[in-house]
Amino acid sequence: MGNEFVQFSLTPMLIGILAAVACALPGNFLILRRQALIGDAISHVVLPGIVVAFLVTGTVAAIPMLLGAAGAALVAVVLIEAIKRLGRIEPGAAMGVTFTTLFAAGVLILEQTDTSSVHLDVEHALMGNLESLIWFRAKGWGSLLDPVALAALPDELGRIAVVCALVVVLMIVFWRWLKISTFDEGFAQAVGLPVTAIGLGLVATAAVAAVAAFDAVGSIIVIAMFICPPAAARLVTNRLEHQVMWSVVFAVLSAVLGYVFAGYGPLWFGSQNAVSAAGMIAAVSGVILGLACLFGPHRSRVGVGREEVL
Amino acid sequence: MTRPTETPITLAATEGRVTPRAAIPADAPLVLRGLTVSYGEKPAVFSVDATFAPEAMTAIIGPNGAGKSTMLKAALGVIPRLSGEVAVFGQPIDVARDRIAYVPQRASVDWDFPTTVIDVVLMGLYRRVGLLGRLTGAHLSRARDCLDRVGMGDFAARQIGQLSGGQQQRVFLARALAQDADLYLLDEPFAGVDAATERAIIDVLKALKAQKKAVVCVHHDLATVASYFDEVFLINVRRIAQGPVAETFTAENLHATYGGRLATTHLDQLDLAQG
Repeated sequence: MGNEFVQFSLTPMLIGILAAVACALPGNFLILRRQALIGDAISHVVLPGIVVAFLVTGTVAAIPMLLGAAGAALVAVVLIEAIKRLGRIEPGAAMGVTFTTLFAAGVLILEQTDTSSVHLDVEHALMGNLESLIWFRAKGWGSLLDPVALAALPDELGRIAVVCALVVVLMIVFWRWLKISTFDEGFAQAVGLPVTAIGLGLVATAAVAAVAAFDAVGSIIVIAMFICPPAAARLVTNRLEHQVMWSVVFAVLSAVLGYVFAGYGPLWFGSQNAVSAAGMIAAVSGVILGLACLFGPHRSRVGVGREEVL
Repeated sequence: MTRPTETPITLAATEGRVTPRAAIPADAPLVLRGLTVSYGEKPAVFSVDATFAPEAMTAIIGPNGAGKSTMLKAALGVIPRLSGEVAVFGQPIDVARDRIAYVPQRASVDWDFPTTVIDVVLMGLYRRVGLLGRLTGAHLSRARDCLDRVGMGDFAARQIGQLSGGQQQRVFLARALAQDADLYLLDEPFAGVDAATERAIIDVLKALKAQKKAVVCVHHDLATVASYFDEVFLINVRRIAQGPVAETFTAENLHATYGGRLATTHLDQLDLAQG
């Protein structure tokens, strides 16, 4: 069991955990700023960017993918503005049209091109390919100390580890800025904080996390990683510091339980096949949110609207 | 020393092309020159000049939509201004931010935010502590002291959503006290608060004035202008009048500010100056 676990399950599980944590951390602030759907928007726009970057460079390396995603985000912003102005329709509708159109374009391009040499096809783009990120050279726990085997770890692990570490560092360094500007933007501006840059930085960080998590859970299910763990955490505590810690706990729990249930769950019910790990991770995070809604000690406060005075 | 307000206008003035404006007094806590703000095509605040007095409490009054809050926010850079100059103690605002404390409207923030009363007050120490500085015991006792001054000392560990409107307003005031500024700008501090809170807030503000601080409040209750404030600034998109309450808070100026919206019976109940 141990050797097999290290070879087939350790790296996918680690990648799942790191991806979930990298997304959940910025997700906390997106939710408190009532911008949760920005995660959704990012996940849609990222796909065509990644696909085009792959077509241009021929690899699935991190930097071209990020640049592609950034380019796609820029195109999305311009398109939204153009549709809003030329069509004279409300911003929400313009966004809805832009995101789905760009996403659909990404799927179409992906389908029509030969990407068989790498793990990039429609199914993986939508749902990730966690199960295939296995560590071929591993022979057991001892391989963790074997340089040759370590060198053969899937590239995706290093990539998501770097991104997750970056997100953690940014979160710690800019903690006060994020907290003050999220709670009271007017006050933040009055004391001289660069609130526009903070907001953009948060969205950019979320976008980087989304691109990195693309390997693990695909471009759509990543939205669950942004929203479910922080939303569940918000229901468990009334302190921001504790909320962020709980969101990490829930993210790790979702990734581990989701992976295990996907791989072994069907066997317990007598089925022969495993189910999608990414799908199961998202489903577990949804169940955790549901449980938090039912039993969380601070559930009553969420959904209470702002007090309208004046 | 170069003049702090060297702009194309003043430069043109030195060349004799336009009439020069009076130099900005260095001791004035807040000076606005030609402040114009627009949300759409119509200006919300148009070409407002104002000079707020030191060691005094000033009320900014005017009808709804007259640009009272907008003027304050634009002066602070919370919303962009279309044109105009702002000087704080004779300096550009970005140099003088340490000397300003700002209390936004209570309804402008989400009180469901997961944080505690003492945490909100500690935000007032941000400019002292910095992005990565450590919060020390001295900071904490300072924040507690500020809470005591507004009568909220027993609520330090409360989640802010559990407070009443008046208590929330007092916490905001405590955060401003923690900033230890020389100029206090408050946006509707008495809106929707209970009588005890109103009393507590006015006592704190009067104590600030006694410490030679300047206090400027956006205010909506004409009945309390005369008893609370020394100076008054009347605005309805444009500046209507500014001066000591005893001279400026007149029926004539109120009519000019509010138009037909003030009933004569209402005016009779106010403690008006004889203009």
